[in-house]
Amino acid sequence: MSLSVKHLLGIKELNVTDIEQIFQTADKFKQVLQRQTKKVPTLRDITVANIFFENSTRTRLSFELAEKRLGADVVNFSASGSSVSKGETLVDTVNNILAMKVDMVVMRHSASGAPWFLANHIDASIVNAGDGINEHPTQALLDAYSMREKIGDLKGKHITILGDIMHSRVALSNIYCLNKLGAKVTVAGPPTLIPKHIESLGVRVEYNIKKALEWCDVANVLRIQLERQHKPLFSTLREYALYYGVNKQMLDSLKKDIVIMHPGPINRGVEINSDVADSKQSIILDQVENGVAIRMAVIYLLSGKRELE
Amino acid sequence: MKTLLNKDQLNITLQRLAHQLVENHLSFKNTAIIGIQPRGILLSDRIAGLVKQITGNKHIDYGTLDITFYRDDVQSRNIHIPADTNMPFTIEGKQVILVDDVLYTGRTIRSAMDALLDFGRPEKVELLTLIDRRFSRELPIQPDYIGHTVDTILTQRVIVYWKEKDGKDEVVLIDKV
Repeated sequence: MSLSVKHLLGIKELNVTDIEQIFQTADKFKQVLQRQTKKVPTLRDITVANIFFENSTRTRLSFELAEKRLGADVVNFSASGSSVSKGETLVDTVNNILAMKVDMVVMRHSASGAPWFLANHIDASIVNAGDGINEHPTQALLDAYSMREKIGDLKGKHITILGDIMHSRVALSNIYCLNKLGAKVTVAGPPTLIPKHIESLGVRVEYNIKKALEWCDVANVLRIQLERQHKPLFSTLREYALYYGVNKQMLDSLKKDIVIMHPGPINRGVEINSDVADSKQSIILDQVENGVAIRMAVIYLLSGKRELE
Repeated sequence: MKTLLNKDQLNITLQRLAHQLVENHLSFKNTAIIGIQPRGILLSDRIAGLVKQITGNKHIDYGTLDITFYRDDVQSRNIHIPADTNMPFTIEGKQVILVDDVLYTGRTIRSAMDALLDFGRPEKVELLTLIDRRFSRELPIQPDYIGHTVDTILTQRVIVYWKEKDGKDEVVLIDKV
C-alpha cells in the first residue's frame, strides 16, 4: 500500500483513495502525538530537507515537527541568507542539497508551479508546502481532516471559502480536496478577489457574505494577501472588514452554529474578528494540531519504496 | 496442506494456555494482556475471555498494540497502513503478556517490545504464542507460553484461522508455490 503519486505536488493529482489513506494514517499518528513519547522510529534512515523560498512559521514548524516525530533527520534551508542571492538557480540549489544525501524535499516557493518543475529534474520525492498562488496541498488535507473530525463525512456538506480567493493557494487546494470528498463548495468575497470563471471548478460564487454564511456548515476564512496584490482591489482594510469581515454579531444572527476555520496567519479585525477567532465555534487551533499528524502521514506514505514505472 | 490443530485441539490448547497464565499470574491484578495487531488480537481476544472466565474477574487490563511504525524492514520500505493501538491503562510497573499467533523470526516481537516501551516501563514482559516455528529465529527471542511447536522450512507458511474472522477454527501448514 502506498499513494498513487511519487510526490505530493497538488491535491489535483490525488485520488479519493489517496486522501482516505492519508486521513486513516493521520488518525494513528494523532494517537502517537497524544502519548507521552510523541515519537516513533519509523523513518530513522531518512533525511528530509525543508527548503523555504518564502516566509512561513506554521507550515515550516509543522513539517519540521512531523519529520522529527517520525524519527527522520532534518535540514532546514531558507532563501534569505543563502547563495540564492548570489544567483544560484533553483535546480542547482536543490541538487547541491541532494548531493549531501537527502531523501525527500519539502519546498515552498513564491513561483506557482515550482515544485512541478523541480520534480522533472530530481529523483527525490517532493512535498509542496505552497507554491505561489497555486496549491498548498497539506493545508487542504488538514483542513478537510479537521472538518471531518468536527462534522463527520463531508459528502453533501456545505463549505464556504471566504476572502481573498484570487491570491490564495489554500483556496484552490481546498476546492480540489473538498470536491473530491463530495462536499459542496461556495467561494465568497468581493468580486475583485474572486477569479473569473472559477465556477468551472464546480463551485458556487456568492458576493453577499451573510448569505454565504447562512448557507454553509463550515466557513474557511482566508487571509487578505496584501503581499500578492500589486494593484488596489478594495479601497481600505477598514472597508473590507466592514463588508466582508466575520464578526460575532453576524454569527449570532445565523440560524445555526457554523464551524469557523482559518489557515493562519490571522489578521485580527480584518477578515475575522477576535471574538470569532477565539470563540467556541472556531477550530483554528485544532487545524494546527492536526497539521502535524497530516504531514506525518504524507511523509510516511511517500517514503515507501515504489515499483519502477 | 497439513492441519496442525483442528477445532477441538485448538480449543484445548487455548484452555491450557489460559490456565498457565492464571497459574503464573493468579488474580491478574497487576497483569495486562496485550495482543499484537493485526492477527494476534484474534488470539488475545480468546485468551483474555478465557482468563476472565477462569479467574472470575469481570475486568482485566487488555489492550491491542500496532507495531507498524516500529518495523525494522525499512530498507524494503513496504508501506503498511497501521491498525489501532488501544491501551486504556498504564503499563508502568505491570506484568505484561504479549500475545501473537505465530512466532517465526522474532522480528515482530522485537518491534512490539520497542512499541510497548514507548508507553512506559513494565515490571516484566512475557510472550505467549499459539504456534512456535522453532529453529527459525533471527533474533534471540523465546516465548514463555507455547500452544504448539512445529518444525518448518523457509518456503512453508503457518496460517491460523479464527471463527470470528475466517469462519472456522483451524491451524494449517501450507507449502508456498
